[in-house]
Amino acid sequence: MEHLLSVENLHVEIPVGAGLLQPVRGISFDLKKGETLCIVGESGCGKSLTSLAVMGLLPKSARRSADRLELAGKDLSNLSEREMSGIRGNDMSMIFQEPMTSLNPAYTIGDQLTEGLIRHKGVQRSEAKNRAISLLEKVGITAAASRLPQFPHQLSGGLRQRVMIAMSLMCAPDVIIADEPTTALDVTIQAQILRMVKELQAELGMAMIFITHDLGVVARIADKIAVMYAGAFVETGAAEQIFNAPMHPYTKGLLSCIPVPGKTECGSRLGSIPGVVPSLIGGVQGCGFRSRCPYTQEACASEPELTERAGGHACRCVLDTSELNSIIWEAA
Amino acid sequence: MLRFFLKRLGLAALVAFTVSLISFSLLFLAGDPAIALAGEGATDADIEAVRIQYGFDRPVLEQYGGWLGNALTGDFGDSYYFKTPVIHLVAEKIPITMTLGLCAISFAILLSIPLGVLAAVKPNSLIDRFALFLSVIGQAMPSFWFGLILIVIFAVNLGWVPVSGSDSWRHFILPTVVLGYYATPAIMRLTRAGMLEVLRADYIRTARAKGIRPGKVLFKHALRNAVIPVVGLTAVQLGFMLGGSVIIESIFALNGAGFLAFESISRNDFPTVQALILIFSLIYVLLTLLADLLNAWLDPRIREA
Repeated sequence: MEHLLSVENLHVEIPVGAGLLQPVRGISFDLKKGETLCIVGESGCGKSLTSLAVMGLLPKSARRSADRLELAGKDLSNLSEREMSGIRGNDMSMIFQEPMTSLNPAYTIGDQLTEGLIRHKGVQRSEAKNRAISLLEKVGITAAASRLPQFPHQLSGGLRQRVMIAMSLMCAPDVIIADEPTTALDVTIQAQILRMVKELQAELGMAMIFITHDLGVVARIADKIAVMYAGAFVETGAAEQIFNAPMHPYTKGLLSCIPVPGKTECGSRLGSIPGVVPSLIGGVQGCGFRSRCPYTQEACASEPELTERAGGHACRCVLDTSELNSIIWEAA
Repeated sequence: MLRFFLKRLGLAALVAFTVSLISFSLLFLAGDPAIALAGEGATDADIEAVRIQYGFDRPVLEQYGGWLGNALTGDFGDSYYFKTPVIHLVAEKIPITMTLGLCAISFAILLSIPLGVLAAVKPNSLIDRFALFLSVIGQAMPSFWFGLILIVIFAVNLGWVPVSGSDSWRHFILPTVVLGYYATPAIMRLTRAGMLEVLRADYIRTARAKGIRPGKVLFKHALRNAVIPVVGLTAVQLGFMLGGSVIIESIFALNGAGFLAFESISRNDFPTVQALILIFSLIYVLLTLLADLLNAWLDPRIREA
């Protein structure tokens, strides 16, 4: 089946005082219609910048390059800001991490919900309003019509994030990028929002890139997972492959950090990964994880390729598949 | 919104009352007004006669009550100097000053807000440098000197506009530019700073993510939030222009209320000074009220404060 979104060898570089920051170093992925890709990684691994790069929303100082960046067969890599603005919100939209600050305090919810639809589809205000109301209901907001004249400061964080989700759906985009949409919310709201996103996605047949550091969230929604470390994918595969048979030491380390009900004994120590993410200024020499990896060897000094080890399951490590499979991450 | 409005209105009334008290007390702060009025070489009996004639012998509160009561009906007494009702003097001069002030603030807004926005959109660009240059010059150059330079160039040498007076709209061009330019740096710098901050806000990214056109992101989503502090500053600047245009009015012989106030002070013409102080203060209070209301319209969060 034709790929909806196709990204090949995406790089982001940001000149900073101390040199050239390379937060995204050669990311590739494909997304089919209706599919959910989770990009997982710890803070600062470049996952948010990856999504902003795809949306064309990088900070001005950042430079993006890619061998391929296509949405539904259309090349996005050389579009002007004006052309790109015709695609954003229309074919591809985004939900952000911070619901408290992501809505404009000066305009009503209704205005902010409808303006994208009016801009992209040229519909009448009343028609846009009706769509806004039906989407607000769909994201579980009661008395939706009475919310339209309200201002963001009159809504709670959970409500605002629902409004943001409804906003991203207004033009029925092909792809939604959700950048940690539940991180700023409390756990009960998180669960509701995740369930809702999942249902909406199935109902509307959108593809989704879901960015998170929370493996619990990933388990709920992912079809495919990409584990990101120091600006590059270290392991990619189907969700069950990553969860049931993780290969990369980093992935195993991450998984050992979450308690599993029934498996993790009460009072036992959870795993942790010692050390910190390497500096991404001036590029990374060799494997980015080698300073923290218990299996480091001389060969790690040159960066290994992301290679396919089993059907659709790829791993970036010098160790061969059987060695990787025998690794058990010890709780530190 | 109504509650907000009533609250601000009440506050404004309170301020206006306080101001009236102060402007009345000024008469006594300057010393015994009877001595000043009686002039040099007056005998004690003369001074006493003046005191009784002007009613300075009455209790202060009674005098204030009488003055305030009359002032509310527009009667500020007669000018000591011109011997004509103060209200006529003021009514003749205020329109000139108001025209100048409004023209100048419009000029300042039209110059500084677009420049401030452009400077913020492209920081450190040529246009930003140009805006900075303009504002540094504006801050550093005394307005009387700037006024004289403009007169020399545009009135004397080029002859495009009259040198001085207040008979036609052409007389107001140079004073507008000089007075308006004076207010430009502050408004521009605040607009630029506000825009720089707002453009980094998450909701601007949201607007861009929705595919809103760049110009609309700038003027609909960013500017409205960025100008909120600018509104207050502009109101203060306008108030200052109305009251403080003495120098500009003198240079261009515009003969407005600022000039009248300046002259009345040196003539010990207390009723005129009191009336002008009260009127300027009331205008100031009114401007602040308008700024508050405008801000409440711009930012719904303020309405609930």
